[in-house]
Amino acid sequence: MTPDPIFAATTSTITESVLERHGLKPDEYERILKAMGREPTLTELGIFSVMWSEHCSYKSSRVHLKTLPTTGKRVLQGPGENAGAVDIGDGLAAVFKIESHNHPSFIEPYQGAATGVGGIIRDIFTMGARPIALLNSLRFGPLDLPLVRRTLTGVVAGIAGYGNSIGIPTVGGEIGFDESYTGNPLVNVFCLGISRADEIIKGTASGAGNPVYYVGAKTGRDGIHGATMASAEFDDRSAEKRPAVQVGDPFMEKLLLEACLEVMKTDALVGIQDMGAAGLTCSTSEMGSRGGAGVEIDVSLVPQRETGMTPYEIMLSESQERMLLVVKKGREAEVERIFEKWDLHAAHIGHVTTDGRMRVKDRGTVVADIPNTALTDEAPLYRRPMQEPAYLTEARKLSLADLPAPATPAVIFAQLLASPAIASKRWVYRQYDHMVRTNTLVLPGMGAGVVRIKGTSRALALSTDCNGRFVYLDPFVGAQLAVAEAARNVACAGAQPIGATNCLNFGNPERPEIMWQFARAVEGIGAACRALDIPITGGNVSLYNETDGRAVLPTPVLGVVGLLEDADRVVRRTFRAEGDVILLLGESRAELGGSEYLKVMHQLVRGVPPSIDLAREAALQRVLVAGASAGLIRSAHDCAEGGLAITVAECCFDTGLCAAVDVNQVTAGDVRFDAVATLFAESASRVVVSIESGRVAEFLTLAGKEGVPVTRLGEVGGRAIRIAIDGHPAIEVPVAEAEHIWATAVESYFDPKDANVR
Amino acid sequence: MKFAVVVFPGSNCDHDAYHAAKHVLGQDAEFVWHKDTSLSGADVVVLPGGFSYGDYLRTGAIARFSPIMRAVSDFANAGGPVIGICNGFQVLLEAGLLPGAMLRNRSVKFQCEFVHVRVEQTDTPFTAACRSGQVLRLPIAHGEGNYYAEPDVVERLERQRQVIFRYTTADGAVTDAANPNGSLNSIAGICNERRNVIGLMPHPERACELAVGSDDGLVVFESVVQSVKMGSGVIFGGQSAPVAVGQGTGVLEK
Repeated sequence: MTPDPIFAATTSTITESVLERHGLKPDEYERILKAMGREPTLTELGIFSVMWSEHCSYKSSRVHLKTLPTTGKRVLQGPGENAGAVDIGDGLAAVFKIESHNHPSFIEPYQGAATGVGGIIRDIFTMGARPIALLNSLRFGPLDLPLVRRTLTGVVAGIAGYGNSIGIPTVGGEIGFDESYTGNPLVNVFCLGISRADEIIKGTASGAGNPVYYVGAKTGRDGIHGATMASAEFDDRSAEKRPAVQVGDPFMEKLLLEACLEVMKTDALVGIQDMGAAGLTCSTSEMGSRGGAGVEIDVSLVPQRETGMTPYEIMLSESQERMLLVVKKGREAEVERIFEKWDLHAAHIGHVTTDGRMRVKDRGTVVADIPNTALTDEAPLYRRPMQEPAYLTEARKLSLADLPAPATPAVIFAQLLASPAIASKRWVYRQYDHMVRTNTLVLPGMGAGVVRIKGTSRALALSTDCNGRFVYLDPFVGAQLAVAEAARNVACAGAQPIGATNCLNFGNPERPEIMWQFARAVEGIGAACRALDIPITGGNVSLYNETDGRAVLPTPVLGVVGLLEDADRVVRRTFRAEGDVILLLGESRAELGGSEYLKVMHQLVRGVPPSIDLAREAALQRVLVAGASAGLIRSAHDCAEGGLAITVAECCFDTGLCAAVDVNQVTAGDVRFDAVATLFAESASRVVVSIESGRVAEFLTLAGKEGVPVTRLGEVGGRAIRIAIDGHPAIEVPVAEAEHIWATAVESYFDPKDANVR
Repeated sequence: MKFAVVVFPGSNCDHDAYHAAKHVLGQDAEFVWHKDTSLSGADVVVLPGGFSYGDYLRTGAIARFSPIMRAVSDFANAGGPVIGICNGFQVLLEAGLLPGAMLRNRSVKFQCEFVHVRVEQTDTPFTAACRSGQVLRLPIAHGEGNYYAEPDVVERLERQRQVIFRYTTADGAVTDAANPNGSLNSIAGICNERRNVIGLMPHPERACELAVGSDDGLVVFESVVQSVKMGSGVIFGGQSAPVAVGQGTGVLEK
């Protein structure tokens, strides 16, 4: 075929090195040639490179993601739109999603994290929902490294700077630490909004001749090829990629948020999409593709912040706080007026066509003309080779007999309380506005984040969780444990888990071992979500989380949304009153594999993770929800890192109350470790609850019906945290002493002037 | 009676103030857009928290030029009760309706947490229903709430009993540790000479229901409802020269 004369002049520029700089493999370029029927222009090549990047195309992960359960009676919107949505009653929908901003956050922590928050907020309000809650799931290297402290400080400040300004509370989340995250932190941000169930807006372009509007910040050269950067590993030259990180403007986002929600109240809007990864390119092609239509724009009409920008740069820019709208023809003035009220200028940059193509002009001259389907549906799809990693056989071996004798329970207890994974994260969350909008029923640090839905009796409980060590040691079981823990946390608050979103953070998928981890983890998520009846409504995949060839712990973060029918029945982690009876739900086993104990006391990540029986987990969660709903449960706290002893202590903290408990010994196979396993093993599906003494029998009946094992541990009260094993005292420490260690451990790594103890 | 909640483009506690007035107190409440020029017959004006115009320059620095601020100033000069909360306090400082300025918190970080404040004076429309010395548990959420003024200004504020709220311990003791941001004299809130304009950094509107952690803030709103019903002119009619918007006494501007 003879090249179109318009394109002929530029074809010679595409050399091997050009392809390499665009992150395109030779076979992928062949695919482009086939899809186009001619050589692409440089602008077109740029468009293909971002749309076919791992970040936008999910080319390595899609075949696996398709196996996840995504439907259910409450699901209003599954994967494929800007965010998922579930029905929460009263004619309302919860719209939510989690997304990563890992790579930008290492290169430029403040802006990387801030724009991560901005991006996920846009995904939510694009659906017509008002964002009401943020959570973040963060992973860093060890805090004793200055680089890590600098990164964490910047990331937290960036999240705070953006979320606080825009007025969306950050109500929860979690932070984990491991050496593997030192050069590749994970910054996953979850956002949830509320909309009318029948007014969810889609990112669709349709109706030939309908005008296409651009609104928000002007386009600059920032972030060009951000999506491609996020699809490559880090090395010592990564710092040079700093210009590929965008800069956030929360004030602009606030204006966009309010103006867009106001426009959505009219029926003048056809579709809307934010310009996130791959900017104008992604929004025009995806909107056209979803609506079975084409979109034609002229880049010379796009508001620009810098002079002399080429069509290539304009199409690939990832400048923040920009939206693309399709408006009904004839309703332009109405929409423009709303944006002007908010001091925003809506620029008419093109229109919808019928030919299914993305056509880009520059002052009337065509510079790119690509079938939408070539960019989306025909993007490469890889079934990458997989292989069980060699490390597993060795890492799964845990011989207690080969370990030095353990320290005393009291010493271990104190050291675990001081471990940043377990210690209070107050230094972090006090930097987040977690109360704005006056819906926050459970403050950070008190369990799952819980926000009430004003105008109804309901509330939503939100939790993000993943123990990367467990996934590392067994991706299938570890991923199930992540789903179970997130769901258990919302159930502890008294909420029925109704939907989930996931953020899958893994290494380089071109390595068969990583791909195996990924595939097994997705299988695990699928199995757990099916067993617990929690559909996945969307999410995000972040691959290439490696530095100098070393991958992060595989970290599939689960964000679970739970529904509380009666907000007044919400349950928190902390004990309420002296004399209440403390019960353990679930069974304790000597499962020390992958535990915080092994990591902190022996610097080991070894063994097999705790086992999980999903049917038992489901029964446990039913008891938690029913018990809360009946007003029986006074407090509930999941047993996680640090095991039973740490859980009991955490139930005391922030209350001034103490507890005296006596636990049944488990046997570890090596008698030296019996006490350790009894107190600090991390067996799954366990929750410590407190019940008013007069209602214990009623609760036991409820638990009995579901076959959930219950052990009476003791009572709330006394002057110290006292933990005995089969009647023999193991730990006795004044609560103030234990709480001081726990409360100050994280902040002690930072500047003492920040401590500000009251 | 009617509350007017002024909405700057970056206000984000506007809905919270509205919710407290309308749904918790059952009073009439209305949002007033910053480009409006009239308060449309409101009895009380609330300048809510947020970041008015992005606050990239200085908190509240641009908001004072808003069309609505002329009306707020006229309302204040006529003796009408005005309360600025958090960013609203910062706007009142920039507008010159209250003296002083805000520095960054001494932690150099944003801080969101519950604190205790002691009610120092009860002869203002927003504290009339309080007991003198009553300690309220209220949240703060700010990065720049470190109150500062020149020594003579602080001395005058203290002498004229214009310090209305002070950070204290739960028992009402003024200690350095109980001062969350480094404010001079642990000042959390002040009023103007005429005592009808109040600014405070803590958020009483966030503490109006036990479900969200505290209802200690309710008394601030109940006070103004009671005061307006009794007729503000009678209680708060102290004479002082009107202050025009734009002639700030913000010391950092000098």
